[in-house]
Amino acid sequence: MSSTSPETLTGAQIAVRLLERQGIRRVAGIPGGAILPFYDALSQSAQIEHVLARHEQGAGFMAQGMARVSGEVAVCIATSGPGVANLLTAIADAKLDSIPLVAITGQVAKSLIGTDAFQEVDTYGLTIPITKHNFLVGSAAELLEVIPRAFRLAASGRPGPVVVDIPKDVQNERIAVTEWPVPSGPVPTPAPERKLIDEAAAMINAAQRPMLYLGGGVVHSGAAFQAVELAEKAALPTVMTLMALGAMPVDHDLSLGMLGMHGARCTNLALEECDLLIAVGARFDDRATGKVSAFCPQAKIIHIDIDPSELDKIKTAHLGIRGDVQAVLSELLPQVEPSEDHPRADWQARIAELKSSFPMQMPGIDDPRTPYGLIRAVADCLDDDAIIATDVGQHQMWVAQSYPLRRPRQWLTSGGLGTMGFGVPTAIGAALAAPERTVVCFSGDGSLLMNIQEFATAAEEGANVKVVLMNNASLGLVFQQQNLFYGQRAFSSKFKGVPDFLKVAEGFGWQTLDLDATADPAAALKSALTTRGPTLIHASIDRHQQVLPMVAPGAANKDMIGD
Amino acid sequence: MNNAHSKAVLELNVNNHPGVMSHVAGLFARRAFNVEGIVCLPVGDGRTSRIWLSVNEDVRLEQMIRQLEKLEDVLSVRRHGPAHAVFERLAEFFC
Ligand SMILES: Cc1ncc(C[n+]2csc(CCOP(=O)(O)OP(=O)(O)O)c2C)c(N)n1
Repeated sequence: MSSTSPETLTGAQIAVRLLERQGIRRVAGIPGGAILPFYDALSQSAQIEHVLARHEQGAGFMAQGMARVSGEVAVCIATSGPGVANLLTAIADAKLDSIPLVAITGQVAKSLIGTDAFQEVDTYGLTIPITKHNFLVGSAAELLEVIPRAFRLAASGRPGPVVVDIPKDVQNERIAVTEWPVPSGPVPTPAPERKLIDEAAAMINAAQRPMLYLGGGVVHSGAAFQAVELAEKAALPTVMTLMALGAMPVDHDLSLGMLGMHGARCTNLALEECDLLIAVGARFDDRATGKVSAFCPQAKIIHIDIDPSELDKIKTAHLGIRGDVQAVLSELLPQVEPSEDHPRADWQARIAELKSSFPMQMPGIDDPRTPYGLIRAVADCLDDDAIIATDVGQHQMWVAQSYPLRRPRQWLTSGGLGTMGFGVPTAIGAALAAPERTVVCFSGDGSLLMNIQEFATAAEEGANVKVVLMNNASLGLVFQQQNLFYGQRAFSSKFKGVPDFLKVAEGFGWQTLDLDATADPAAALKSALTTRGPTLIHASIDRHQQVLPMVAPGAANKDMIGD
Repeated sequence: MNNAHSKAVLELNVNNHPGVMSHVAGLFARRAFNVEGIVCLPVGDGRTSRIWLSVNEDVRLEQMIRQLEKLEDVLSVRRHGPAHAVFERLAEFFC
């Protein structure tokens, strides 16, 4: 606590002051009756800029964009009832991808709670299963404890979303504040057990065919550097989950790229053969493992995670280590034998053979009028400073498979929840948090319509967002699955009416580029991507293009469809 | 012993405020894990409560305990065997 001369403040003013003291400089939200006292207080803040979203889900994802690029807790705001209801998807998404958020929500006055009052929903009840923790604040004085605690919880251990629901009368309650709580940061995770590190090192040193499996936790923990060092020191072939892409540059010699449902054949086949799997900040998600009982059938497993409930959740590890993966890797590194002393020549040769026999096939990579070619052409215009966001669908998987991601926090995608509509608002949040960077959002014509209202926000804020719309006039990934697994009965996956996206974007005040109409797509892309401001880049894609290889849901990863 | 019917007793120390029960019960409910018995009373000055849960032994129980331990309002979790007396002694209220 730090003492100050006493001030009489409302709960709303206290909440705003506490956000300022936490270092918050930008929030996203939409006002409404039950949160108006807070907005009135926010209007007087010289430190916090408010980004006015056009839908609360947009506000939630903008906050996610800020949090994902910075690693810091970000804040979104909504009013009671419909405002909160609209926010839920973004909160659930943050939970599954472990993104630190604090959502401040208005609630009806305490005396009205439970009466089906106007715009009352049970925010507390609704958010229990999709948050790390949630609070219904009972008094203005409680805010002094709850808000710093919310930030501490969101950032500590495995990050995640926290909801602070504040009844309107609590926002209006005036109290004298004599002391301010110290702004909170993450609580350090207990150091990993020495003995377990020794055992892990011994297992790695004894392994003939070890592999490293990196998950999103590596990015959250800031451990990409250590992960790459470990891989390099012991010459460990390395796979990444969708969430970990960029932790090791995908074009690194040791990288086998993304594993799982849309991983390259060589990647999944290598996992079949490994005798030791070192899982770091990964949670054995079904999209990564395929049929779990058939995942890495020959391997012993070392599982390192900050969240003890992840250990043994899906797959029982031979050795589970609870700890911050950065700390664990740092301690492990000196004990791991360098590859010069333990070359594992057969395994290196086998990996090289798999890579050359079964590489990721990227047909059309040199033709910007194909999915892979378009993604490559975009990448060719950018450097590693660019941020790459996606929506959800085929386009997301094509980008995950082929974009040369090379640094952590370069890649923003909805992994766990797979939320269509994620891309545009997340990209806007990222662009506002990192204004010096170019943010590209690859989207599909289905996903784009789910949060297209945020084009207005991007235009208003002048966000440097480039949406690359891969328009196949369909819900492509659904169409693909129906073709592969439902007897080609395409149902409710082809759009009969497709909007003129270029006109729509123009109407929002965006710049546009229609790649279909350009003679020189590469040159047109270069100019569109290097001119600041929101731009829609439109490209038609044949809806029969499929994302391959593909493991059928529930099948073993070795049973891939396509080359 | 028939595993399908064997029980475990969980003892939780929790903060005592509205919503804590929902957090605990929700963890079980959303995994379709039935809670057979539940008793809760405040302890000491009433700032914390103790919750006793009777649950079926299940391969998922260890995972449930780890999830319980992650709840912010759960201060500690202890697992007892089926022989624990708490539910037996209450049985007379459930005749
Ligand atoms: C909010 C939401 N609703 C439904 C789905 C199921 N779904 C997954 S991919 C997909 C199609 C996506 O279509 P589009 O955005 O056009 O991308 P494409 O697959 O064509 O590249 C659908 C409907 C989802 N992931 N998210």
